[in-house]
Amino acid sequence: MTDQQHKDDNSIDDQNLPDLAKRHFFKKLGMLGATGAAAVTGVSAAVDMVKEPNKPSWGGATFSDAMGDFFQDHYTRMSDEEMNDALERIKRKAKRKFGVDITCEDTKPMPDTYFGYALNISKCRGYRECVEGCIQENNQGRDSQVQYIRVLEMDEGDSNLEHSDHYYDPATVPVAGKYYMPVQCQQCDNAPCVKACPVEATWIDTDGIIVIDYNWCIGCRMCMSACPYWARHFNWTEPQIAAEDINPNTNYLGNRPRMKGVVEKCHFCTQRTRKGRQPACMEACPTGARVFGNLLDPDSEIRWILENKTVFRLKEELGTEPKFWYYTDEARART
Amino acid sequence: MKVFCAFLMDAMKTALKGGPLYYMWMSFLLVLIGITAWSYSHQWTEGMVITGLSDQVSWGFYIANFAFFVGIAAAGVLLTVPAYIFHRKDVKTVVVIGEAMALSAVIVAMGFVAVDIGRLDRAWHVMPGLGKFNWPNSMLAWDIVVLNVYLFLNLFIPMYILFKHYQGKETPVRKYFIWIVITCFWAISIHTVTAWLLSSNVARPFWHTALMAPRFISSAFTAGPALMIIILQLVRRYTDYPVSQSVIKMLAIIMAIALQISLYFVAAELFTDFYFEGAHAASMHYLFLGLDGFDGLKSWIWTAVGLNLVALTLLMIHKTRENMVTLNIACVLGFVGIWIEKGMGLVVTGFIPTPLGEIFEYSPTLMEIGVSVGIYALGAFVFTILTKVAIEVELGRIGKHKNILTGVGNTGARAE
Repeated sequence: MTDQQHKDDNSIDDQNLPDLAKRHFFKKLGMLGATGAAAVTGVSAAVDMVKEPNKPSWGGATFSDAMGDFFQDHYTRMSDEEMNDALERIKRKAKRKFGVDITCEDTKPMPDTYFGYALNISKCRGYRECVEGCIQENNQGRDSQVQYIRVLEMDEGDSNLEHSDHYYDPATVPVAGKYYMPVQCQQCDNAPCVKACPVEATWIDTDGIIVIDYNWCIGCRMCMSACPYWARHFNWTEPQIAAEDINPNTNYLGNRPRMKGVVEKCHFCTQRTRKGRQPACMEACPTGARVFGNLLDPDSEIRWILENKTVFRLKEELGTEPKFWYYTDEARART
Repeated sequence: MKVFCAFLMDAMKTALKGGPLYYMWMSFLLVLIGITAWSYSHQWTEGMVITGLSDQVSWGFYIANFAFFVGIAAAGVLLTVPAYIFHRKDVKTVVVIGEAMALSAVIVAMGFVAVDIGRLDRAWHVMPGLGKFNWPNSMLAWDIVVLNVYLFLNLFIPMYILFKHYQGKETPVRKYFIWIVITCFWAISIHTVTAWLLSSNVARPFWHTALMAPRFISSAFTAGPALMIIILQLVRRYTDYPVSQSVIKMLAIIMAIALQISLYFVAAELFTDFYFEGAHAASMHYLFLGLDGFDGLKSWIWTAVGLNLVALTLLMIHKTRENMVTLNIACVLGFVGIWIEKGMGLVVTGFIPTPLGEIFEYSPTLMEIGVSVGIYALGAFVFTILTKVAIEVELGRIGKHKNILTGVGNTGARAE
């Protein structure tokens, strides 16, 4: 990043300061008393702020951006203008943190769409290409090694998850006598995580995807306790990604860079699937084990699988109604 | 209003004045609070990576302490009921100390939640109206409601009574009796909801049991009286406030009964899990016997069982329950035993193994304990001030209240 670019960023901040920070500030002044937390950011930052209002000393942000983030409303209550401001802040923050120009959109769900996923466990060979593809696509912290997909190595004849190996590392896969079962967010229709969240920071969108507003999550991790599939991951520290590894095409309720202290998980690649593309894990899978599609489309491949294959869902007895099915190559005998 | 300001001023003066021992005690607590401020500033800048927590075990020492101290707060009711429902005059004299303990324990519990959430700067998101509150669905939302109301109840009822006493007035109990009844039910509700915070998770078989809330109440009614017995003795030693031995006897009996019920519940859980050991028993197996070579909590839980059994024995033998030395030993053992069992033993074990069958152990870091010490200290700090002010008012040293030492006469006359 050149100095000139840096200045440009700051000039945007100048324009936004009265407009954005103050407006929100007065609107919600009343709650300040309850949030002494801002003070934790430090007196030194405040001193810097007075001397150089545009120096990004507020947790790597300028004062106006920090205030904008602080007072940002819940996703469903933001006006178009507020959403635009939020998207601009996300871009500026990425530029400052990674030195990369990213795009960030708020892609809405497509009409008449309800997504589901099916995975052929007889085709999965345990390569973990899906895991890798997911990380590259979704900007997970590399130091923190967040992975949305976990491939379990199972013994043949046994489907007890407690006997699975999460960290299998043989010279080559598949290993004889083993089979492989990838697990990620099952996008439950009756989702325990959504019910558990105290602030509605996570919800089932109209296309069936369980999304998270990373700016609204308070980091209580109630959803992580609630999830029976261990799909949710917490940012225990600020996620670090090398500039060249950033995927610059991001989505607000999707793969935009996250901050420390919030929960994230698989979102069926909203940034791709809401534009008619495949999720990254499906694209990455070399064996064709993964089938993603619209459950409302009677001609979709996923509908064909549900109608013609013997399928099962993970921990179905819990009543979570996952939209993620497992099946095998064996076709079901039709009467 | 003017009188109320005077009341607050006098209260403030009382809090600031004291002997050398008082100053030493309060400075010690402030040092601990300072350690927390320093440790938390690290957690704030670096993230919760400074804790021993992980995606596998996502709650630990903080939430364990939170659950435990909600129990201590709930146990305040054990003085309120005898004082106001059973009209025990001896208990009524010290009920304000129980309320101060409940209030301080709520503050400690809330402190532990505050340091456990990843984005404290977004705490306003839980405020109804301003934020977005997932009520009535989320059990955490319920917990926020009940804890805040309990805090409010335990602040305003004693403050109202003390303020009246300060003015030399005696309020008839019937005027605020309804609030006392509400507080009693509320005490049970805070700990029930805290138990449901865990037991509502179908993903965690170890917690997903209807016995969780009863277990929480019974263990709270063990640890609560244990702490109260010790605190009442301290009040008796360091102040001239009348603490009747009959109150301590009553609490010791409550503790003896509650501890038996608590251990009985543990036994019932153990039977159900171990008689025919299914997949749901994995966490219990890990806790008591270890699993696949991992047994980080095994010695921990057996220590708790041992402490509780010794405490129970001391409480069940009439002589050792009446003897203050052995009673105090029983209180310390019971308190620590419950703290281990329902703290780390209950919270951490729920995460092992993970829902995908992975075993990943947890132990708190030094930083995590550093963040915690000042939260305990804050509770002790608040409790000391509240008790000091209450005692001065009750003894008529500030305000116009009739000195209960000389005015009312000896308390506890009808104790036995």
